[in-house]
Amino acid sequence: MLEVKDLHVSVDGKKILKGLNLTINAGEVHAIMGPNGAGKSTLSNVIAGRDGYEITSGSITYKNDDLLEMSPEERAWAGVFLAFQYPVEIPGVNNTYLLKAGVNAKRKHQGLEELDAFDFMQTVKEKAKLVELDPSFLSRSVNEGFSGGEKKRNEIFQMAVLEPSLALLDETDSGLDIDALRIVAGGVNKLRSPDKAIVMITHYQRLLDYIEPDFVHVLADGVIQKTGDKSLAVELEKHGYDWVKENK
Amino acid sequence: MATNEEIQQDLEKREYDAGFITDIESDTLPPGLNEDTIRHISAKKDEPQWLLDWRLEAYRHWLTMEEPTWAAVDYTPTDYQSISYYSAPKSSDDGPDSLDEVDPKLLETYEKLGIPLREQEFLAGVKNIAVDAVFDSVSVATTFKGKLQDAGVIFCPISEAVHEYPELVKQYLGTVVPQGDNFFAALNSAVFTDGSFVYIPKGVRCPMELSTYFRINALNTGQFERTLIIADEGSHVSYLEGCTAPMRDENQLHAAVVELVILDDAEIKYATVQNWYPGDENGVGGIYNFVTKRAECRGVRSKVSWTQVETGSAITWKYPSCVLIGDNSVGKFFSVAVTTNCQQADTGTKMIHLGKNTKSTIISKGISAGRAQQSYRGLVRMGKGAENARNFTQCDSLLLGDKCGAHTFPYVEVKNATATLEHEATTSKIGEDQLFYCQQRGLSEEDAVNMIVNGFCKDVFDELPMEFAVEANRLMEVSLEGSVG
Repeated sequence: MLEVKDLHVSVDGKKILKGLNLTINAGEVHAIMGPNGAGKSTLSNVIAGRDGYEITSGSITYKNDDLLEMSPEERAWAGVFLAFQYPVEIPGVNNTYLLKAGVNAKRKHQGLEELDAFDFMQTVKEKAKLVELDPSFLSRSVNEGFSGGEKKRNEIFQMAVLEPSLALLDETDSGLDIDALRIVAGGVNKLRSPDKAIVMITHYQRLLDYIEPDFVHVLADGVIQKTGDKSLAVELEKHGYDWVKENK
Repeated sequence: MATNEEIQQDLEKREYDAGFITDIESDTLPPGLNEDTIRHISAKKDEPQWLLDWRLEAYRHWLTMEEPTWAAVDYTPTDYQSISYYSAPKSSDDGPDSLDEVDPKLLETYEKLGIPLREQEFLAGVKNIAVDAVFDSVSVATTFKGKLQDAGVIFCPISEAVHEYPELVKQYLGTVVPQGDNFFAALNSAVFTDGSFVYIPKGVRCPMELSTYFRINALNTGQFERTLIIADEGSHVSYLEGCTAPMRDENQLHAAVVELVILDDAEIKYATVQNWYPGDENGVGGIYNFVTKRAECRGVRSKVSWTQVETGSAITWKYPSCVLIGDNSVGKFFSVAVTTNCQQADTGTKMIHLGKNTKSTIISKGISAGRAQQSYRGLVRMGKGAENARNFTQCDSLLLGDKCGAHTFPYVEVKNATATLEHEATTSKIGEDQLFYCQQRGLSEEDAVNMIVNGFCKDVFDELPMEFAVEANRLMEVSLEGSVG
């Protein structure tokens, strides 16, 4: 589904990714771990199409298309979803209204009719239950006045409504208490399916107890240093990242 | 994804879709202003002597005044001798008795602007609004007069009111904004040509929204309209004015006066959607919009609200004000102002608290893009007798790009120790992270900008009557059109 080849990315002239390779197939769950500043968020932002990253060489292919040629919204329409590390507040813009605009923009692109308000509300209410999001959040301004945990839950709720093929979860577990983590992880697990792929960026092995990954990658110094299964995360927890660099 | 710079460039390319010129035969006075000009206007309108005297008094006062320079706007001063003070479509000379007699070209003009003047178009039940259409210096049509008359409501051109209801006009004209109030108000008093007159009798709730659409068409012509609305005891009215003008290279002057009188337990809701031609991307042309609007809450428990959506004009100088005389009276001001390219706006409000327990609310949202400059200027004055008066002020500015500016000048004068004032102000830039967030959810950049800006303005749009909220939204979208990189 996603093929990242020899990706080099700089920010303000500083090299962040230095020849990163990554292959993700449908149905797989990948975890990307690594020390602060290793380039984890850079990778997810570049895949989603955020401005401000200079791609000096390499390629990203998504469902046989050149992802780097697509605008952020085209990527969204094609099924790429990013759960933000820091979800953005948009005062005065209704949470459901934003989602409806997003869903209908995608449908329009696919040549489908726009969903009518009633059908859309049914879907939304169903999906809100999935992450135990209080219905009052649906009519509030996007993320405005939400607690850290509520914002993260809102991201997973949006993901449930938008039904992406490739979901990138950027530190979705950070700032969540145990109960919230369980709920969010439960929501993500319900969205797992053979035609979807999930990439989780995380610092903590804890998340992987709830969402079991097929692959764990260690990203450090701008490249994937090591790839393994779930046990790699346990090793990491024990020995730290320096151990990975020494035992490539 | 476009950077702020690209957005800014695109904003500069926005188009003004009301910029067409109607080719119509006009009866236009030659440029120049002197006592004869005023006598001529007065004679054209067959006015009584008292009104001519009133105009001349205003003119003589104006001659002693100087154009104010305190506003944070920079423009080439108007040469008052080079503009024409009266222009009327020729075909209306005899005064149309019904729409059938109105020049079809005029009807077409208003239809192009989306303002149907044929009543049957309203009867479809889509909108329930009576319209007075003012074209250059005269009112060309007023709809639903009959239905309003059944309710006792008077809604007609002020030039007609002078003849039909002279006592009312004489009693109230110039009592809220006196002839010598300020430079532009004095000029208006001397040369005003038309505008709307509204009287809502005691205890009547006006059965429909009232609306006046102003259109400047003729070249080198100033528009000086005068609106007077009186809400008698216990009455209620909701009123909207809309304004457009063709695209022309010359600056055109618009100096209007609006007076509102609100008696015991009455309420006026006054909304403006101002879309005068703003000039091109280099600041050539556009309307100079120098307007004096004031409401006097004379009665106890009287209420007034000013809601304005200002997207047009090259220069805007406008401070709709509330004088809260009656005890427990309430004044509100809700404003959204958008300035792009080289537009400059100095706008705000005055809340003058004189009565006990008077309350006022000010919510001002300014959006600047391009090289535009925008100022909020507001005065809250609590008089000696304003026991327990309260004011809440909130001023938010949103900047698009880094060449525009937003400024806030709040003035406060408190002469009563029991008064309470609150002031909040924020300035923010439209965040690239907000745009990216919306795009990641599937919105195009243009839709994302519109959604964020509309969200920013929500508090004010919520105050507009339903029909006009839609219009305001559309106007904002047109203003910000082409913002996709």
